[in-house]
Amino acid sequence: MKSETIRKRKGVFSLFLISLFAIYYSLFTDAHALDIKRSVLSNGLTVLYVERHNLPIVMVSLLVKASPLDESPDKAGLANLTAELLTEGTVKRKATDISEDIEFIGASLGASTSEDYTFLSLSVLKKDVERGFDIFSDVVRNPTFPDEEIRRNKELIKGSLKQSEEEPSFVAAKAFKNAVYGDLSYGRLIRGSIETLDRITRDEIVRFHSDFYRPNNAVLSVVGDLTEDELSALIKKFLSPWQRGNIVKRASVEKPQNKKRTLLIDKELTQANIIVGHGGIKRENPDYYAVSVMNYILGGGGFSSRLMQTVRDEMGLAYDIHSFFAPYKEGGLFEVGVQTKNESSKTVISEIYAQMNRIKRDKVSEQELDDAKAYLTGSFPRKLDTNRKIADFLVAIEFYELGLDYVDKYPQYIKAVTGDDVLRVAGKYLDTLDMVTVVVGKQSKISLDNQ
Amino acid sequence: MGVRQRGRLRAHSAAFSDLRFVRGRTFLVYLFVMRKFGLLFISLSVILILMPGSLRADVKEYALDNGLKVLIMEDHKVPLATFQVWYRVGSRNEPSGKSGLSHLLEHMMFKGTPRYGSKEFSKIIQRNGGMDNAYTTNDHTTYFQTMASDRIGLSIDLESDRMTNLIMDPKETVAERAVVMEERRLRTEDDPQSALFENAIATAIKEHPYRRPVIGWMSDLASIERDDLYAYYKKYYAPNNAFVVIVGDVNPGEIMKKITASFGQIKVSETQKSHISREPQQNGEKRVSLKKEAELPYILAGYHVPSVPHEDSYALDVLSTVLSGGKSSRIYKSLVYEKKLALNAGADYSGTHLDPFLFFLWGTPAPGKDVAELEKMLYAEIEAIKGSPPSEQEVQKAKNQIEASFVFGQDSLYMQAMKIGKFELLGGWKLKDTYLEEIRKVTPEDVRRVAKKYFSEENRTVGILFPQKARSEQ
Repeated sequence: MKSETIRKRKGVFSLFLISLFAIYYSLFTDAHALDIKRSVLSNGLTVLYVERHNLPIVMVSLLVKASPLDESPDKAGLANLTAELLTEGTVKRKATDISEDIEFIGASLGASTSEDYTFLSLSVLKKDVERGFDIFSDVVRNPTFPDEEIRRNKELIKGSLKQSEEEPSFVAAKAFKNAVYGDLSYGRLIRGSIETLDRITRDEIVRFHSDFYRPNNAVLSVVGDLTEDELSALIKKFLSPWQRGNIVKRASVEKPQNKKRTLLIDKELTQANIIVGHGGIKRENPDYYAVSVMNYILGGGGFSSRLMQTVRDEMGLAYDIHSFFAPYKEGGLFEVGVQTKNESSKTVISEIYAQMNRIKRDKVSEQELDDAKAYLTGSFPRKLDTNRKIADFLVAIEFYELGLDYVDKYPQYIKAVTGDDVLRVAGKYLDTLDMVTVVVGKQSKISLDNQ
Repeated sequence: MGVRQRGRLRAHSAAFSDLRFVRGRTFLVYLFVMRKFGLLFISLSVILILMPGSLRADVKEYALDNGLKVLIMEDHKVPLATFQVWYRVGSRNEPSGKSGLSHLLEHMMFKGTPRYGSKEFSKIIQRNGGMDNAYTTNDHTTYFQTMASDRIGLSIDLESDRMTNLIMDPKETVAERAVVMEERRLRTEDDPQSALFENAIATAIKEHPYRRPVIGWMSDLASIERDDLYAYYKKYYAPNNAFVVIVGDVNPGEIMKKITASFGQIKVSETQKSHISREPQQNGEKRVSLKKEAELPYILAGYHVPSVPHEDSYALDVLSTVLSGGKSSRIYKSLVYEKKLALNAGADYSGTHLDPFLFFLWGTPAPGKDVAELEKMLYAEIEAIKGSPPSEQEVQKAKNQIEASFVFGQDSLYMQAMKIGKFELLGGWKLKDTYLEEIRKVTPEDVRRVAKKYFSEENRTVGILFPQKARSEQ
């Protein structure tokens, strides 16, 4: 990355009717300037836009604040099922019409639900952008949730839940989340369970959509070969009629409830799939950046991390070992994940404890600290090197309230992290005395001796 | 690789992970084995990105005296560049009894030279904000880095060094061999669909080396010694058996000076062409079954077909898109949506092999549905096309999907470089200019013709996974 001169200038972003405020933000050097324009429509929809004419494509992302945080445990899977059904029939189009129309123009349209939100994305050629916007806004605003499609999608989700049980990594992750967060939303499967899916009624889906799929509960980003006028016209036609709603404030309190425990799940496998960890941090936690640096050194830094160097390179006991913090809006997870042949499980788990204790006890070296910071700052531009990545990034910075100047601030936050910070956050957020351990594998070959 | 800080942007992880770990299409593991995370599923319609006429950017081609070809495409939309070295060696070239050699060698390429110690390679790249990785296929081995374009000199320095100066410490070799065995357990042994795929390929192909998995058989892996690897390295890693692809914000003239100064010093190797067994025609259906702990059955049917640039390859690509290009395609619409017979099902044609490979039909029956019934219905879809060609509308849709995916692929420097490299391997990067033209020419009748030509019972190998419930007690 060349030096990041960031220009900030005021501008008029005449995006349809009322533009409450507009901020231009540019990223990269002048030669590669990328102006981010932000506007809030009168119906409350936040719009982020970057004009880029390098390819005849338009990338659209829509983040809706609707997730398992907004459903009750006995209806787990409601948010995800609602998202799946958006493309399965609208007032104007049958499910088969939607896929036929989208695929005929070589576009792609999808919706998926994660811990904190539901995310829709449209990738469309410039020449078909009007058609793309038409279908996109239709599925967001006017889904009809036909009974037959609800039944069909429930069966597909149940089938996929069954199929997932084949994956040792899924079995381990499911047990781990549940051990840490119990029945709270971060402890459940986003897809729900066979029992909870059976309980969900059409009325509940319709209500969920009507409650949460509102412009004042969503963020839109558009990146690509579209002028401001063209975008304004599209928004005026397709998204300004979208009615604002009264959004119920999320009441969820996501507190980890982990107590030291070990879960052994027996499967006919050659490898043990192991997760060790506990609750993590929220995204808004100011220690997020120091934690990022600490985790990079511990197990997040790919081939450079300590866990990779010891467990893979020196001991030859695993193909992959990694640690990560999953920082959500209302909580988080910390975990170390690894697969090793059944017989090596105990050795690998001991090494994980040893490395966690080491980073809690001893300050990291200057070299490690510098390398971690150099990577985290230097790799940042790569995270924005395609139109798709930029579109996805924009809605996320808005949702997590990181600010349009985040591209500027992020390197500063990372550069400010010191060795003492790393030691402090390791001490504060890694707890080797209160860990959940999950081992999925052939238990007759695994002996942990009460880890 | 990269920093796996999930969470913040996890729902659309493409934004924050360098390589997507594609799950679910597990049988493709066989085709691509990466050094870490990341199974790249390569199908023509996904990865071979072409320039639409109006945007045609030129690849500049250079050749050094020692035979190293360099292909450069300027793309200045972001201040980044991707640098790739492609070696024309893969599992296809391995001697019998030594399967997995190419892939293990790929791992050893990160283990140091006299100038840069073991593990230094990735550390240097990461310290400079870059990402690097490598993967091995049946036909080739590719190493790549993506980083700020003003630091691409690092790639040139590091890649030219390890093309010829690898040490391969015997102790490191043994440890890395163990790592690859763990990789095999992870990808194949404990993944029922992958395990079936491996079985089905080894059944379908009896003489050509494609019958062996890229990652290698477990007992072969155990037999690979340092000297096997070193001899293989000396035989195949040379400028005259490799080419370089660079895409990004670079100045070709400047970069060629650096490349000539470094790669230009490397000596030509007396690369001998190894004999590759040719696969004879199959004259009767073959069937294989696998009983393994799993939740649902899985069926895979493979037909021997030619690869690009064979004249039939374009119609085969269109056929696979008509059958399996999204929810409106024939297999999904009929078997998943209408009949509710399958949880998922589709077709796959990866026409990017050097030698003829296989066209697959595959599916997982919905819970409670019969795998035999699903098998019959998959064939029924092919029979329907043999009976009457797909509609103009369907063929046009498939062509639109293929063309659009080419354009979307240009969003990424890495994908553009992959496309150039893949075509270069198949016979010359200029093939990319004819590929779309050939796709555009495909008629519904062509699609029917190739369906009739290749999709016979005699040419078919069927693999079925029968789940076994474990006698598990806690």
